[in-house]
Amino acid sequence: MTIGSIHFLLCAVACTAGALITVFSRNPIRGALGLLLTIVGIAGMYLKLHAQFLAAIQLIVYAGAVVVLFVFVLMLLGQDATDQNTSRRSSVARIAGGTGLVAVFMIAAIRAIHVYSPASHGRFPSLREDFGSVSSVGAQLFSDALVPFELSTALLIVAVIGAIAVARSGRSKRPIGRARVSSAHEYFAGPIRPRDAGHPISKEPTL
Amino acid sequence: MTPLSYYVQDYVLLASLLFSIGGVGFLVRRNVLIQLMCVEIMLNATNLLLVAFNRLYPASMIGQVFAFFVIAVAAAEAAVGLAIVLGFFRLRKSVHSDDADILRH
Repeated sequence: MTIGSIHFLLCAVACTAGALITVFSRNPIRGALGLLLTIVGIAGMYLKLHAQFLAAIQLIVYAGAVVVLFVFVLMLLGQDATDQNTSRRSSVARIAGGTGLVAVFMIAAIRAIHVYSPASHGRFPSLREDFGSVSSVGAQLFSDALVPFELSTALLIVAVIGAIAVARSGRSKRPIGRARVSSAHEYFAGPIRPRDAGHPISKEPTL
Repeated sequence: MTPLSYYVQDYVLLASLLFSIGGVGFLVRRNVLIQLMCVEIMLNATNLLLVAFNRLYPASMIGQVFAFFVIAVAAAEAAVGLAIVLGFFRLRKSVHSDDADILRH
């Protein structure tokens, strides 16, 4: 048992336990905390795989932003976000079916590993010194992957605008079916309101 | 017993375990928020595979760069998905994905 093996085992147990907590939790807050455990475990794996930059990004983006976003939404929804009235029988059937599916998938994965890669393959080679450091990943990011990088910024902008547009409260409801602007004069001079009763609307449109 | 974590097979096994747990959770659970969390678990499992295979073939670091992009896309997906969950909750007062049946005729 080397230090590396212990590191790997700890991270693997953390990941798996977090995923199981997420799947089995009745309270979604516990699910979010399980997701956090999974993410921290995967960040530990990245450290083991000489991906220091990605480990930092994983902690900042996932643990710092995504999980906090989940928790915010859970707090916003309150008690309504928890599952009610799930019957015991259907949950037993679901657990059995889910366990069977995981078992089938794992058997397929183990068979695939045995068929496609004998045990002599797949040993990690030795690395140069700066593998996975911020400077080398950044150099690759800004040379080979420059266009996808810029496109990902566009994606994030679109996602932010889309999230705002979707999540805005629907309080400013317009009547559907009738055109709101009835005449060109109203379009330029604005709608006629009760406070405008004493003042005649000027003939010249003022922009 | 060979020490763990020096072969890519260990990481492949762990990633497939995580991916299957996330996928089964997505299929089994009916809470939309839990389903989104399961999607995040699946994305994390694929990211782990990308980084592990980049460790196996370390000529370039394009796998890590790709994992970076996957993280960016996952962040965008979480933001938009949670906004959709909020809109759905405002519409139906529920986070149960079986209630999202308005488009059914």
